[in-house]
Amino acid sequence: MAALNGAVENGTPDRKVVPALPRPLRGLEVKYTKIFINNEWHESTSGKKFATYNPSTLEKICDIEEGDKPDVDNAVEAAKAAFQRGSPWRQMDALSRGRLLHKLADLLERDRVILATLETMDTGKPFLQAYFIDLEGCIKTLRYYAGWADKIQGRTIPVDENFVCFTRHEPMGVCGAITPWNFPLLMLIWKMAPALCCGNTLVIKPAEQTPLTSLYIGSLIKEVGFPPGVVNIVPGYGPTAGAAISTHHSIDKIAFTGSTKVGKLIKEAASKSNLKRVTLELGGKNPCIVCADADLDLAVECAHQGVFFNQGQCCTAASRVFVEEQIYPEFVKRSVEYAKKRLVGDPFDARTEQGPQIDQNQFDKILELIESGKKEGAKLECGGLAIEDRGLFIKPTVFSEVTDNMRIAKEEIFGPVQPIMKFKSIEEVIKRANSTEYGLTAAVFTKNLDRALTLASALQSGTVWINCYNALYAQAPFGGFKMSGNGRELGEYALAEYTEVKTVTIKLSQKSP
Amino acid sequence: MKKQGSDSNPASVLPALPEPLKDLKIKYTKIFINNEWHDSVSGKKFEVFNPANEEKICDIEEGDKADVDKAVKAARKAFELGSPWRTMDASERGRLLNKLADLVERDRLILATMEAIDGGKLFSTAYLMDLGACIKTLRYCAGWADKIHGRTVPMDGDYFTFTRHEPIGVCGQIIPWNFPLVMFIWKIAPALCCGNTVVVKPAEQTPLSALYMGSLIKEAGFPPGVVNIVPGFGPTAGAAISHHMDIDKVAFTGSTEVGKLIKEAAGKSNLKRVTLELGGKSPNIIFADADLDTAVEFAHIGLFYHQGQCCIAGSRIFVEEPIYDEFVRRSIERAKKYTLGNPLSPDVQQGPQIDKEQFKKILELIESGKKEGAKLECGGGPWGDKGYFIQPTVFSNVTDDMRIAKEEIFGPVQQIMKFKTVDEVIKRANNTTYGLAAAVFTKDIDKALTFAAALQAGTVWVNCYSAVSAQCPFGGFKMSGNGREL
Repeated sequence: MAALNGAVENGTPDRKVVPALPRPLRGLEVKYTKIFINNEWHESTSGKKFATYNPSTLEKICDIEEGDKPDVDNAVEAAKAAFQRGSPWRQMDALSRGRLLHKLADLLERDRVILATLETMDTGKPFLQAYFIDLEGCIKTLRYYAGWADKIQGRTIPVDENFVCFTRHEPMGVCGAITPWNFPLLMLIWKMAPALCCGNTLVIKPAEQTPLTSLYIGSLIKEVGFPPGVVNIVPGYGPTAGAAISTHHSIDKIAFTGSTKVGKLIKEAASKSNLKRVTLELGGKNPCIVCADADLDLAVECAHQGVFFNQGQCCTAASRVFVEEQIYPEFVKRSVEYAKKRLVGDPFDARTEQGPQIDQNQFDKILELIESGKKEGAKLECGGLAIEDRGLFIKPTVFSEVTDNMRIAKEEIFGPVQPIMKFKSIEEVIKRANSTEYGLTAAVFTKNLDRALTLASALQSGTVWINCYNALYAQAPFGGFKMSGNGRELGEYALAEYTEVKTVTIKLSQKSP
Repeated sequence: MKKQGSDSNPASVLPALPEPLKDLKIKYTKIFINNEWHDSVSGKKFEVFNPANEEKICDIEEGDKADVDKAVKAARKAFELGSPWRTMDASERGRLLNKLADLVERDRLILATMEAIDGGKLFSTAYLMDLGACIKTLRYCAGWADKIHGRTVPMDGDYFTFTRHEPIGVCGQIIPWNFPLVMFIWKIAPALCCGNTVVVKPAEQTPLSALYMGSLIKEAGFPPGVVNIVPGFGPTAGAAISHHMDIDKVAFTGSTEVGKLIKEAAGKSNLKRVTLELGGKSPNIIFADADLDTAVEFAHIGLFYHQGQCCIAGSRIFVEEPIYDEFVRRSIERAKKYTLGNPLSPDVQQGPQIDKEQFKKILELIESGKKEGAKLECGGGPWGDKGYFIQPTVFSNVTDDMRIAKEEIFGPVQQIMKFKTVDEVIKRANNTTYGLAAAVFTKDIDKALTFAAALQAGTVWVNCYSAVSAQCPFGGFKMSGNGREL
């Protein structure tokens, strides 16, 4: 992701025509603010609305219909009906499902500037990043799963005695999806694409801080021609709409991306209600291991982008940088240089690399953790405080001389704070890197083949990057070891999360080998 | 597990049935950790009974949280990077599983006698079916050990990407009492095949065969700590496992009620991965064009096997109207042929229920059937003075709202209902929160495959029942479970 998907480097023709950078839409009107059920826009049953804010200006953008349990119930009814045996969605050829996903990707491409503008307004992320990274990921992921739709294959199985035995990989049914505020549209597509590809129907609750792009997608879903009820979107809050989804008796599966704390509540609610299947993408405290023989510039840049990207608000944030002793001072020096150069400002400005944090809650939490770093004895190299009196902007912050027992080395910060620690040996750093209940990603910088592959095996992480960071693409599965999650998104592996296996065994009069 | 229709296939000949061992000595009654036998930390023991005569067999060390903690420590150590188990070739893991299968084959008679005495299971069934399935499942998983493949992935950009399918880690496994040894093997075989270490809690009613396996595991040469066995009760030892912060995955077979508690505990503690094999109220659908004798026989065995104590019991039999009366008549005849008694005796076709609790629950449900207006065709009450025996019972004219049509009975009680059309019976069959298995009897290919698609069940049988084999995945839709075994 930080590599911009090679958008500029790959396949550039000799005759260089550098395209002009896209520009955000000024004065964009927010058209979709209601609850989306059965391809129609509804007001909330309660009549309540909630406001969504622009974190850069702290101004209200607009009011959104606030969904709660009755609205979720309506959405589930619609999703259930759309999943009935004999419905248009169930009768549709798999290939046609794939075509619809491709068409949806086409419409995202058509409305890319609108969506990127909305995403920036709602999240504060720099517009060019929304355009080139978030939207790129969305379009590519949709096309990837469009291709899988008619390749959901079961197996024929050589069972003992006179039976014909085969498996079917059926859609699970009505899937609930609860999405976060850090990559609102991308995280939605990561769930929607495999779910629809496999033939399920959806009830989605986008984060209350960032509902705009998800609701806009509703309009595209309708325009593309998905049958009514296949995708339903209910904006609202976690404890109300979210809980209604996780406890619902007619929802067959729930997928959630967010904090580990809430992930546990969701799995608990799934168990207590109807044993719905659960996929979770949770937090991380991801080790980034830089060996003395690494390409130092590459390591410094990757570690920098790895922690500061998206204002530090990534589950993959490189929030524990382990640097081999010999190169430690130089690494810290260069990291500080990078951090000081990082341009913080208006996300609509093409030069901005870092926007505001998402809201006051997160802002306060990050500053509190920064204070803990100072108090517990880490060395503050740069940054360490908010930028202005007004607003949610925090200076890119680097701590060195960090030790493993400090809060900034243990807790997920989700802000622009880079803790850098020292290590001596590979055995030691493996133990320290693994010494956490998280296990989402890890990175290793080294030129030594043996060391790279040893670390790739030893690190308890769902993804291990070697000499790169945030290389995330639709083809490769993503998910957490330990308490960073259950299950995998992306790749072929996501299909298993959205299908239910049925074994069919038919007796024959004679054995047919 | 169930070899229905094995009569016609010369290729798989069942071994001759020997006599059960007289005077079986129970040698293994302690907690198995690190290939050694331990007393319980608390000093407590619990009793194990023979359900055929209610007599005590022996005392077993009672494991609780402290013992589970010890077992998890041992399993964690055995899983450490660089340990003998982690550095062992995958093919060698497979060899050990095959060796274990050899030892189970060698001690087949001991284990079958033990299952019969401990679980009230017919000795003939235990020897031929349960032990057969154990050996086959071990050998099946042994073959997979060095074929756990990841993938190389053509990712965008200048990257070389591949996946590794790594063992999860320390797996807690909680086993039921209906197929103690088979369920034990269904859990440890794939877990060990993939390189995990395990902490197993067998059911408190039936710990004997699991503990005996401990001795075979040591004899086969599995490194210490790879398999640990802690007998004890659900609310103590079982809960210690589902709540444990250092267990990476829990697998459970048992009731849906307890399955929910386990998944909840997993969410509350450390988000350990969860596989569940739970209850069922499986529909068995008989069309007028079916081979009637075959259908009656399969429906009968499909319900009455092992005293009705199967998660896959075909406990809602839907018969197409035109053949209903004849089907009921033949089913009653079939059920009346039973001799009840000591499961060790070759002349007996039905043994006791597992314990008093189950016995009472089944009788209560039978009473509800009578009260709610089903027609009691035969049986309907207990049998004998000692042991938990219940007469084979058949109800006809059962309607979908009766308790016997909705709740899992887990006893020798067969419900037969009537249906008219395909769409009606699909709706009625799917109208349950369960979804473990289903069957359809018909000669019509279109009907057969329509039902295969339409029934919301993890396994759909066509013209047979209970055909379960190590090669085919088994598990539940909806609240019959999460995930697949085999």
